[in-house]
Amino acid sequence: MTEHLVTQFDTDLNEIRSKLLEMGGKVEKMIHDSMKALVERNTELAESTIEYDHEINRLEVEIDELCLEALVQRQPAARDLRFITMAMKIDTDLERIGDKCRNIAKRARELNELPPLKPYIDLPQMADLAAAMVNDALTAFVRWDDQLAYTVCHRDDEVNLLNEQIQGELLTFMIKDPGTITRAIKINAIARHLERIADHATNVAEMVIFMVKGKDVRHLGIDPK
Amino acid sequence: MNSKLKLDQLNIHFGAAQAVKNVSLDFPANTVTAIIGPSGCGKSTVLRSINRMHDLTPSARVTGRVLLDDADIYDRKVDPVAVRRRIGMVFQKANPFPAMTIYDNVISGYKLNGRVKKAEMDEIVESSLKRVALWDEVKDRLKTSAMALSGGQQQRLCIARTVAVQPEVILMDEPCSALDPIATLKIEELIDELKEQYTVVIVTHNMQQAARVSDFTAFLYLGELIEFDVTKKIFTNPAKSQTEDYITGRFG
Amino acid sequence: MITYALRRRLTNHLMTILMVGAALAVMAPLGIIFVHILKMGASSLSMDFFTQIPKPTGESGGGMANGLAGSALMIGLASCFGLPIGILGAVYLTEFGGTRFATAIRFSADVLAGIPSIITGMVAYTLLVVPMKGFSALAGAVALALIMIPIVLRTTEEQLKMVPGTLREASLALGVPFWRTSLKVTLVSARSGIITGVLLSIARIAGETAPLLFTALGNQFWSRKLTEPMAAIPLQIFNFAISPYEDWHRLAWAGALVLVVIMFTLNLTARYFGRNRH
Ligand SMILES: Nc1ncnc2c1ncn2[C@@H]1O[C@H](COP(=O)(O)OP(=O)(O)OP(=O)(O)O)[C@@H](O)[C@H]1O
Ligand SMILES: [Mg+2]
Repeated sequence: MTEHLVTQFDTDLNEIRSKLLEMGGKVEKMIHDSMKALVERNTELAESTIEYDHEINRLEVEIDELCLEALVQRQPAARDLRFITMAMKIDTDLERIGDKCRNIAKRARELNELPPLKPYIDLPQMADLAAAMVNDALTAFVRWDDQLAYTVCHRDDEVNLLNEQIQGELLTFMIKDPGTITRAIKINAIARHLERIADHATNVAEMVIFMVKGKDVRHLGIDPK
Repeated sequence: MNSKLKLDQLNIHFGAAQAVKNVSLDFPANTVTAIIGPSGCGKSTVLRSINRMHDLTPSARVTGRVLLDDADIYDRKVDPVAVRRRIGMVFQKANPFPAMTIYDNVISGYKLNGRVKKAEMDEIVESSLKRVALWDEVKDRLKTSAMALSGGQQQRLCIARTVAVQPEVILMDEPCSALDPIATLKIEELIDELKEQYTVVIVTHNMQQAARVSDFTAFLYLGELIEFDVTKKIFTNPAKSQTEDYITGRFG
Repeated sequence: MITYALRRRLTNHLMTILMVGAALAVMAPLGIIFVHILKMGASSLSMDFFTQIPKPTGESGGGMANGLAGSALMIGLASCFGLPIGILGAVYLTEFGGTRFATAIRFSADVLAGIPSIITGMVAYTLLVVPMKGFSALAGAVALALIMIPIVLRTTEEQLKMVPGTLREASLALGVPFWRTSLKVTLVSARSGIITGVLLSIARIAGETAPLLFTALGNQFWSRKLTEPMAAIPLQIFNFAISPYEDWHRLAWAGALVLVVIMFTLNLTARYFGRNRH
């Protein structure tokens, strides 16, 4: 891509890009940390993860400001316009992911007070998948790589599958022993949060596809072409 | 879609230099089409070929066809004067007739042609000035010189003058380039209203303006038509990288 | 250092004085002429000057009424020939100025403007006076028109060229035919400048004497026909000034004063129109 005649515009766009990457990295860290707090019953880590969400919120505000400024000053068109408007939407999704992680950490904090129900196996796997999706979606964003974005969209199904599996499992626990209901509901909530995180990652990936191709693939059923 | 106006393999030379190369374009009826492109790419040249303004430039040579309602306006049997009555033009710099009053300027298309009924004049003047939202501003001084109006008012007066003769197509060559943002917005609003009755072709350097007022956009570069598409498409996701480079300000 | 600055200042003063002097030298002749004519002419000017024709030698009094009328008539007639030709010619030159024919016209007009007026008079003499077997006002008017045409042509062309092309295009874009555009837009837009040119050309021919010597000849009395010799102010000034009679000298001065005032007025009016342009 050639540079703009106004090089300051390129500088501004780069700043938005690197801030989004920073935000993505922090969100990934939150996914991993909240899961670690749960698996390792580390309440301290859960607390710090809850606090960490402020970082994400701050970044969202900063990125929005940068984007608004660029819109006003440069009146961008075509790919620049798509980049900036998508950046504004992507940071919202990332912020939501942060919120979900915060909720996971809260649930972890509560679960850590209760006796373990069972070893966590599927949940960390789900978290890893979701985190990888976020990572890949952002990589696709930075590299204008719509193919990578398509793979992210497809991986959403795996996460959904795991979620259903976990829910089924929890259901049998609850039926067998009503004493597990409190814990099962909390674990179920965590699974749902992870599933939502994967959805947000999918949203980001769809926006990347729009940004690259100028074609809206939301609500269509993803099909690379 | 039925096209009101059609350029078919248009080539325009000035002497040995070719200013417009093989441009074909369709302008559907009752739409606004914007022509954009860097300075010197041939926008005005294309526009002026549509009402045979190049007839006045001895060095200019136009080949190809310009079809108005499927009839070639460059056909030997066609009288350029008759073409220009159907295809009006608004220029970059407001150019009211300095020796005429506001009233006479509006009615000039009739008066200069010597065909005007006194009784109809008042009505034509009033309705034309209303169309361009100038009536209220000038109704008390219709008989004063047009040169006393502001730049934006003068430009609207020129549009009124063009509208008064009821053409079918209106060509505009950077009609707002000398105006402030408010006057510009008024004219843009007007353009939007004009398309209900006319087919409008507008050359502009202001890409936001093109994005705001037009339904279709043509991008010219070095005399060639690079891309023609729905305006929204051009400004969000153009097909050609040259178009993209131009509208995003990446032109070297 | 100081001497250097001093020298620079001195040079500066010297040059200023020189330039003021030059400017005064331009003004002075006009002032001298005007004052002198005023002094000599005012005393001889009376109502009679405007109402009487010259009295025979020996009688005192008399005026130049026939000269005034003759001049007015011949200038009017010359304008009738000269203005349409000059102005329409100029329109032609502006609209079709690129052709070889136009260049030829322009060249001829320049040459014609440069020809001494006495030669123009001689030409009118051979072309009209000789075939018509007699001096006439008509021949005088033609001679004056010949002088007028190149002036009107070139000044009008200059004015027309200054009309912005966008006005012409605006008119054409309204579906106005080319010739109507030329006449009703281009010409009308340039009208104040053209009036200036016309007035200046009238001022020019009003004072011409030489071409009338061979054509209108002059007349001591009222002329009844355009085919008769006719009086004109410059002619009468010329004839009376070279006469040996004191009375006639005084009349000549009065005529000179009237002529200068007319010229002055024409020039001022021309300036007014010239300035009043957009
Ligand atoms: N009358 C003319 N004689 C010779 N060349 C001309 C003439 N008019 C235009 N050209 C040439 O044709 C080319 C296109 O000019 P045109 O005026 O159409 O450009 P444009 O796109 O309207 O530019 P701008 O945005 O600056 O108005 C230029 O290279 C110009 O030099
Ligand atoms: Mg142009």
